Amino acid sequence: MSRTIVDARGLHKHFGSLHVLKGVDLQVAERELVFVIGPSGSGKSTLLRCLNRLEVPSAGQVIVDGIDMLDPRTDINHARQRIGMVFQSFNLYPHMTALSNVTLALRKVAGKSRAEADALGRAALVRVGLADRAGHTPGQLSGGQQQRVAIARAIALEPRVMLFDEPTSALDPELVGSVLEVMRALRESGMTMIVVSHEMGFARNAADRVLFMDHGAIVEEGPPALIFERPAHERTRAFIGQIQRH
Amino acid sequence: MSRWDRFTDTFFNTKVMARYLPDILSGVVVTIELAVLVVVTGILAGLALALLRSLAIRPLNWLIVGVVDVFRSLPPLVVIVLIYFGLPSIDVSPSGFVSTWLALGLVLMAFSEEIFWAGITSVAKGQWEAARSTGLSFGQTLLHVVLPQALRLTIPPLTNRTIAITKGTALGTVVAVTEILGQASSAMSNSYNPSPLMLGAAAYVVLFFPVVVAGRWVETRFAWKR
Repeated sequence: MSRTIVDARGLHKHFGSLHVLKGVDLQVAERELVFVIGPSGSGKSTLLRCLNRLEVPSAGQVIVDGIDMLDPRTDINHARQRIGMVFQSFNLYPHMTALSNVTLALRKVAGKSRAEADALGRAALVRVGLADRAGHTPGQLSGGQQQRVAIARAIALEPRVMLFDEPTSALDPELVGSVLEVMRALRESGMTMIVVSHEMGFARNAADRVLFMDHGAIVEEGPPALIFERPAHERTRAFIGQIQRH
Repeated sequence: MSRWDRFTDTFFNTKVMARYLPDILSGVVVTIELAVLVVVTGILAGLALALLRSLAIRPLNWLIVGVVDVFRSLPPLVVIVLIYFGLPSIDVSPSGFVSTWLALGLVLMAFSEEIFWAGITSVAKGQWEAARSTGLSFGQTLLHVVLPQALRLTIPPLTNRTIAITKGTALGTVVAVTEILGQASSAMSNSYNPSPLMLGAAAYVVLFFPVVVAGRWVETRFAWKR
């Protein structure tokens, strides 16, 4: 077993009176692809967002690549460079070209010169198959292309882990494939990935492990074949039955 | 004398206009000086307050909101009079020009702070999250991601408000500022003829029409496809 790169223990998150995470533990090994499924409101996104401290857990511990993410002495901006994140709604900067979207953090956080950043940015756009769209603004790109630019923006910083928060949920069905293609290539390059998604086909042939979350806790986890074919818990079975019906 | 002749003789008397044109022009210069000072300082101060407010320091925000609401609710004329006649009681005696500048600058600051603040808060939360997730700091995110988007949204309301408040330079007449309206009304009482006022009105149109057009241009220039 290769070394653990994400180590979250005893995560709790309260939003006012809402108890969204109820003591979640998650360990992810280097080069592993972990899939998180579960009904909406089950805490999947919150779990993901606690890992790069977009959300501060009410209790618990998060260590990513040896860095204590919740320690106030941690330089969080530096630490976040190692954790790429892709959002459901892409969140590209609408006033910038695709290339500038990718190079902003390279220049401002990683301290690269404009020439270096442009070269790295173009290389990242090549990896997501959008070399010819570098000068386009998000408004001129399809949803699938926007999401691939968002992936390029994250991988250009050479993160150790990539977090995907429902990356294909906002896409028209015919555009989903291109994004999954990029994720598959990323997976093959050895990237550690944590993916919140309901793309079962992708989970089946790319995931090492599937977690099923419900009501703020991990109900069960295991290899995709086991979770999808022979889930141990009734709740998992019901959920999987529901999403497969559609 | 026909009715029409009487009308033009009263309102567009060329002799009177020619005689007072230099006065009106000197008023134009004063109005421009005052307007530029008010616009630059008012908008910069408003932006500074909006940025301070984005730091979300609660007592500071109460103070900002309080100051802004006071200056938004007071008529600018009252502010001018308070500064001009009130400050001498604490041994500060600003000139009419400075009083008008300060008063209108404060009012523009208050309105532009609200406009900038609305712009900043209207930028989607996802923009902050995406930028912060790549390691950009709060300040970098504000500067490179949020402000450029916020400022574009603020241009139309800011242009309108700026024009409305710079026209308020005419209020400077009450504290003896020799701007366009001040020159026009003293010319009117000296000549017993309202033609200089028409001249002054024309000067306002000539001054502000380009600003309105420029605002429209900036608006389209900075629009981007969503």
